[in-house]
Amino acid sequence: MSEDTGAFGVHGTGDTSGFSGLVRAVHSAGSSERPFGSYFDDLADDLERAYPEFNDAIEKIVVDRGELTLFVKAAKLREVATTLRDNEKLRFEYGLGVNGVHYPDETDREFHAVYELLSMTHNRRVRLEVAVPASNPHLPSLVEVWGGMNWHERETYDMFGIVFDGHPALTRILMPDDWQGFPQRKDYPLGGIAVEYKGATTPAPSERRSYR
Amino acid sequence: MSTYADPYASSRETTEGRVYSVTGGDWDALATEIGATKEERVVVNMGPQHPSTHGVLRLILELEGETVTEARCGIGYLHTGIEKNTEYRTWTQGVTFVTRMDYLAPIFNEVAYCLGVEKLLGITNEIPERASVIRVLMMELNRISSHMVALGTGALELGALSPMIFAFRERELVLDLFEMISGLRMNMAYIRPGGVAQDIPTGGVAKIRETVAQLRTNFKDNEKLLIGNTIWMKRTQHIGYLDLAGCTTLGITGPVLRSAGLAWDLRKTQPYCGYENYEFDVVTANSCDVYGRFLVRMGELEQSLRIIEQACDKLDRLEGQPVMVADKKIAWPSQLSVGADGMGNSLNHIREIMGESMEALIHHFKLVTEGFRVPAGQVYTAVESPRGETGVHLVSDGGTRPYRVHFREPSFNNLQATAAMSEGGMVADIIAAVASIDPVMGGVDR
Repeated sequence: MSEDTGAFGVHGTGDTSGFSGLVRAVHSAGSSERPFGSYFDDLADDLERAYPEFNDAIEKIVVDRGELTLFVKAAKLREVATTLRDNEKLRFEYGLGVNGVHYPDETDREFHAVYELLSMTHNRRVRLEVAVPASNPHLPSLVEVWGGMNWHERETYDMFGIVFDGHPALTRILMPDDWQGFPQRKDYPLGGIAVEYKGATTPAPSERRSYR
Repeated sequence: MSTYADPYASSRETTEGRVYSVTGGDWDALATEIGATKEERVVVNMGPQHPSTHGVLRLILELEGETVTEARCGIGYLHTGIEKNTEYRTWTQGVTFVTRMDYLAPIFNEVAYCLGVEKLLGITNEIPERASVIRVLMMELNRISSHMVALGTGALELGALSPMIFAFRERELVLDLFEMISGLRMNMAYIRPGGVAQDIPTGGVAKIRETVAQLRTNFKDNEKLLIGNTIWMKRTQHIGYLDLAGCTTLGITGPVLRSAGLAWDLRKTQPYCGYENYEFDVVTANSCDVYGRFLVRMGELEQSLRIIEQACDKLDRLEGQPVMVADKKIAWPSQLSVGADGMGNSLNHIREIMGESMEALIHHFKLVTEGFRVPAGQVYTAVESPRGETGVHLVSDGGTRPYRVHFREPSFNNLQATAAMSEGGMVADIIAAVASIDPVMGGVDR
């Protein structure tokens, strides 16, 4: 799939709603400085003590709107996640899920996987964010760390095409098994799919418009 | 027998073995035919169109006799691309989309989404108290109507018809309140970024109090029908077992987690909308089974009534206060009102923009068509829905439309427990297990 033409030959934003034209660049938040406030300093310290490769694995720490985000290198994701789960001062026993975000303008960091973690023991939350290039969108699977990640990773694969290495059965979950393309990517159009049902074909909304 | 081959009830050979299509009808012939084969192991496709699977859920079961050896879920039959759609609409229009995800708990989707938008805007502390109280009131009413469907259809799927009749009677009372307050019974789009769409109508609080008293009486009927009922207990006790360790591993929240004994409820542990100002208890059970989940839901009904009563008292105290944030760059310009021909735009507002103020018209037009801008960034907000933690991950690029909206749906997550709850049990018990998770496929598939 080239950059100019998205799935199904779409140009531009793929917006068929009639409200296009509001295209803007996304600016990712810069790294935050200590003190982070709240429990965030303690959490970062505890993780640093429990995980010796902290400085190598954590790309940046962002505190924004009262939420803590750790940007983790893909190769270190499983180790960081395991430490967050097992260390008694961290104890993030709940991996709530993973979600993808597509930033086409961030070269070699196009796909972000965002993990929301919850510690019921300490009543804390933390977010892990991992960036992978669109040319090689591979991440280690966290199903062995949190079993409940299973379907969430399948959904992220289904919608973004991020491959979770080590997942027990990485197949499409919401879209049909033989679906072409990954719907939540930004170059994938809204609508734009012709529908065939019992032999009759309804053209895609973008093809139906008389002003096209 | 005629030569006509029924395409919906036939058998054919495949690479995996002989496949039978069953839609009811002549079971004796089928049993005879299957009995003639030497194969002990049967794979059954149950659903997606099946009255007992709680919606368009497809269960793929491997059976040895009547024992389930493997159970897998097939989902996606109700996927409508709601998350993708919101990226092409304004932040306010997003409410209308997300309310349709978990259609039995629409208010919770709306609140979780709006709390996220407000956090992105940085106006969380500017939401009027009356708006927060109305949100709590609506959420707890919605919890009752949702639990009523969970109990009613759960019982129905196990063959008990009467509880369904009673549960839907109670649900109807709550839906009448929704209709009175928001104009709609489902998918109200009533909670908006900045507050709520309109205030409670005159006399509304008195009507809510009346209904609460009625519900409290009616709930006794449901309790009499099911609590201690021998057949019900035999179908639900020690069935669908999932202990605390299992819940933690699978990320299970909500009544299923509380039936394993952990009093984790976001309303208590991470309060939002002012839940810390209400007195209520977190109901738990220790049996880790379907019956425990049933008792948790029954207990939560009473707690919701308590919260609603306190919310009514607060509403009396906050009479006449605003229900939308004061910032006119965010607040939806028009307020709905009830006219002679039903609910519609406030005539006072129409008079102002059409006859009195050109600026008001421009302001209305810009805000309704283009929407407001939301500073770039990402947030995650979560509320305790009837099914567990409904989390919303919102990403903004600074524009008038969301960059990404993702719902961490409790139904979607909790449905993963089907295999853990039902493998090794009887095939009939898988129905009870799935019903106790109470998945809503609109939420699962989005």
